[in-house]
Amino acid sequence: MTGHDLIMACSAIGAGLACIAGIGPGVGQGYAAGQAAAAVGRNPGAKGTITSTMLMGQAVAETTGLYGLAVAIILLFVKPQTW
Amino acid sequence: MFVLASGDASYMIKLLYKYTIFGQEFYLTTTHVAMIITTVVMLGFFIAANISIRRAMASDVTSPGPFLNIVELIVEKLDGISAGGMGEHASKFRNYIGTLFIFILFNNISGIFGLRAPTADYGVTLCLGVITFCLIHYNGIKKNKLGHFTALFKPIPILFPINFIGEVATPLSLSLRLFGNVMSGTVMLGLWYGMMPLLFTLGIPAALHCYFDLFSGAIQAYVFCMLTMVYIEDKIGD
Repeated sequence: MTGHDLIMACSAIGAGLACIAGIGPGVGQGYAAGQAAAAVGRNPGAKGTITSTMLMGQAVAETTGLYGLAVAIILLFVKPQTW
Repeated sequence: MFVLASGDASYMIKLLYKYTIFGQEFYLTTTHVAMIITTVVMLGFFIAANISIRRAMASDVTSPGPFLNIVELIVEKLDGISAGGMGEHASKFRNYIGTLFIFILFNNISGIFGLRAPTADYGVTLCLGVITFCLIHYNGIKKNKLGHFTALFKPIPILFPINFIGEVATPLSLSLRLFGNVMSGTVMLGLWYGMMPLLFTLGIPAALHCYFDLFSGAIQAYVFCMLTMVYIEDKIGD
């Protein structure tokens, strides 16, 4: 196994580890959706406003997961330095 | 060695044509071609809207035609976005927010028509983020003069590095959010088309396109405009 193979293997493992970042946004988006469901249950008349606010907040909460995705994409597709 | 897929997955930016300026190598990529196409489509729509508005203003007919009705609906919705986000400052930023929204929306949903979405290239989204960054600080300096810079040292001077990083991270987080969303959709659809057998690529991707291109693209265009307005309002408010 050469140094290049080792770097490629470690990049793949690192990309997989970086996607663990998806846990946080999952929890956050689920919490936001649950709270929105409770709010609609209490006040069904405000469904449109609640839904748009929830989608907006979820899209912002997604950011940290997307940072993990960006790191994974960089690890996989940007050619690592070879020696 | 085993065969993973029926074909090759292709979702990266492709280099189409190489040219040299002053010894530097540049490439014409699929991003440029897709963006030229979307820009031409947008220009055609805008010119048609302009012509129909002028024609309606010149004539004595009071009720607008079907095309003009759609244009009025779009303009009303875009004005509603900026009015909802900025309140009384909305009139100054209506043009920028509307342009930004239409540009990002057209580029995001161009994936449906077989182009590689230009917003799945970090060079495009970073430019949008930098434009917003310049607008934020231009308006902040115009409103608060020197207080715009001394606000970095508040509440105590030792917090300056954290405040500074917070300001610099604004365009990065804006652009990475848009890029990550569109890129993840592009990668997933590229994997589906490249890895699945032919039978699965016939009807099922329609649902994926609906979610990744239409829904996610529209939400992200809205979020980009909304956050731009929030950041500007944060500087010029009170």
